[in-house]
Amino acid sequence: MDFSFSEEQQLLRDSLQKFLEREHGFAARRTRGQSGEGCSAQIWRAFAEMGLLALPLAAEHGGFAGNGVDTMVVMEAFGRSLVVEPYVATVVLCGGLLDKAGSAAQKAHWLPRIAEGKALFAFAHGEAAARHDWRYVGMKAERGGAGYVLSGSKAVVLHGAQAQQLIVSARIDGDASSERGLSLFLVDAERTGVKRRDYATIDGMRAAEISFDQVLVDANALIGAEGNAAELIDGTIDRANAALCAEALGAMTALYEATLAYLKTRQQFGVPIGSFQALQHRMVDVFIHLEQARSLTYHAAFYAHAPDATQRRHAVSAAKVLVGEAARFISQQAIQLHGGIGMTDELSVGHYVKRLTMINATFGNIDTHLERFAALA
Amino acid sequence: MDFAFTHEEAAFREAVRAFVRASLPADISRKITEHKHLGKDDFVRWQKILHGKGWMAPGWPVELGGTGWTPVQRYLFEEECAAAGAPSVISFGVNMVGPVIIAFGSPAQKSYYLPRILASEDWWCQGYSEPGSGSDLASLRTRAVRDGDHYIVNGQKTWTTLAQFANMIFCLVRTSSEGKRQQGISFLLIDMTTPGVSVRPIITLDGAHEVNEVWFDNVRVPVTNLVGEEGKGWTYAKFLLSHERSGIAQVARWKRELAFLKRMAGELQSSGKPLIEDALFRAKLARAEIELLALEITDLRVLAGDREGRAPGPEASILKIKGTELQQSITELMMEAVGPYALPFAPEAMDAQWRGEAIGPAFAAPLAARYFNYRKTSIYGGSNEIQRNIIAQRILGL
Repeated sequence: MDFSFSEEQQLLRDSLQKFLEREHGFAARRTRGQSGEGCSAQIWRAFAEMGLLALPLAAEHGGFAGNGVDTMVVMEAFGRSLVVEPYVATVVLCGGLLDKAGSAAQKAHWLPRIAEGKALFAFAHGEAAARHDWRYVGMKAERGGAGYVLSGSKAVVLHGAQAQQLIVSARIDGDASSERGLSLFLVDAERTGVKRRDYATIDGMRAAEISFDQVLVDANALIGAEGNAAELIDGTIDRANAALCAEALGAMTALYEATLAYLKTRQQFGVPIGSFQALQHRMVDVFIHLEQARSLTYHAAFYAHAPDATQRRHAVSAAKVLVGEAARFISQQAIQLHGGIGMTDELSVGHYVKRLTMINATFGNIDTHLERFAALA
Repeated sequence: MDFAFTHEEAAFREAVRAFVRASLPADISRKITEHKHLGKDDFVRWQKILHGKGWMAPGWPVELGGTGWTPVQRYLFEEECAAAGAPSVISFGVNMVGPVIIAFGSPAQKSYYLPRILASEDWWCQGYSEPGSGSDLASLRTRAVRDGDHYIVNGQKTWTTLAQFANMIFCLVRTSSEGKRQQGISFLLIDMTTPGVSVRPIITLDGAHEVNEVWFDNVRVPVTNLVGEEGKGWTYAKFLLSHERSGIAQVARWKRELAFLKRMAGELQSSGKPLIEDALFRAKLARAEIELLALEITDLRVLAGDREGRAPGPEASILKIKGTELQQSITELMMEAVGPYALPFAPEAMDAQWRGEAIGPAFAAPLAARYFNYRKTSIYGGSNEIQRNIIAQRILGL
């Protein structure tokens, strides 16, 4: 039993935090979110140079074979600085899928490019009718020509329009909610029949609605075995959720610190408002939520790569529920305790709150994960 | 970071488990798991078994009867005992007055009282709260006035847990009204068989007799029963409160209770189907389980801090708040599980000797009473509001 971070992890966290404080300040983030780019090529290059983009990837393709705790260290720092770059989409989701199930040729071609920051990816998976159920896929893949023909639509694909490559889920047989038949395809985003509608998200990132109209791909576009991608998708989304919990932890810590500092400096009735017991107790509840969320975030990070799928699902869904509840409580209290100024766009508080709230709407909300946990228990 | 225990720790756990399995009397563990009342003899019998093994006071210095275990070993020991349905060791002797005597007592007090605590020859209770002194403990008014080699004690203590079983009480008493009120408080050991001591039961809303009033009417206490210095009682009491953080959250015990609740929910029916299949009930159950998992890890994180040599600090207040909130929600869920069978009130059914016919499911009888009883947990041991004050001041710096 050991809850400490290795020397490498501490070094990574410190240098990343320093870099982000210097280069990824709040003002710069705001302009980036509003520009069509959605992210900065310069920051992405710096991430590549720091080795972040290679961190979880296999060593033989230029990666560092990092574990879930390493990813947590990166994501917590990202959460503190509200990083908008497509790390989860490119590295955790698509890098993870290729690393786990890609063919030798796919890995040899794409993993070094991801590691070097030369390719942005997006995971085109969620669908409107699925809502939060990532096992539900209606999009069709039919054998045709020298490969497959893909038809259907994907909803709220994170960084979908910024990516050059898409990993797309579609089913070769079975109905929308059946586990069998699910397959994954690597699709060039510029391919004929792919239509992308790019938009800003309320938390300062980018996403896209993507439709596939009879998109023809080669047989070697298939990732992993045909019709057998359900567990691969499930595990990858679990690892993305563990990463999102870590990002939330970083954002909640920032909110906690900002709110506590405000209680100590803001004066009303001639005294700091932090001297009022009603506000003190509220702040203590913020602190307790944060510490409980930290406990399950560590736990999920540790088991995110566990070989036992039940253990992994149990840890990740537990974390997503508790972190989700903590994120909601801390967000709402941060605004309330800041009072009117907490409502403004000018202050960072609202931006943390929006990001935290959207993490709850990404890859399963509290109810989805509560139900999943209950079914396992 | 690693969530697994070391091989040595795992082996230690196995050894404790084997001992508890072989030594814990089945009639006692059955009372615990079925939520029946425990008598004095049940506690004493188990404590004597632990004493025989040398495991009665793991936290004490080895030369006084301690085990020399690491904080993790102590944690595993408590976990195995709780999982098997062993009674908690009564804290008042081993974990409360014992460490105070060890730290501040006279040689005579140490050589007389400590072995008697280990052997369960004395049953201690705690004389802190008074009718006018709850959260504001320093306002206490029970007086001890020096008269030659004795103190004459007059006053009243209340909420005294299991005083009906006790022969000894450690008390905070007022020996002076000069200066700051904390400075006039002393720590006194009182033999409850002394003339002038009387115990009156307080029956709580669940019908149970756990707590009492203890009255002192011109009770003569030898000066040799003063612990440490006169006027330093408040310091000793604070030492006592901060000394013992281990076991506050009681995670293992509540894991066992949750497992019991799940078995119940498998047997009970709702609309003719197993209750466990009811989506709303299952969600509540899952939420409690997730909270408990988080508390377990938070508990271990605080423990890891202890192991690194940091003194047990205000983090213990988090464990107290979350632990008691969770206990209250699990006892509530248990009551909820039996539906209308929460209503029948049959105190006799909570006695393990009772052989009558149960009203409804056999496990239902104690559940509503226990729900009501557990409302106490957010009040005792420093109310959860006082714990929030502690965190606000000492961690948040407000």
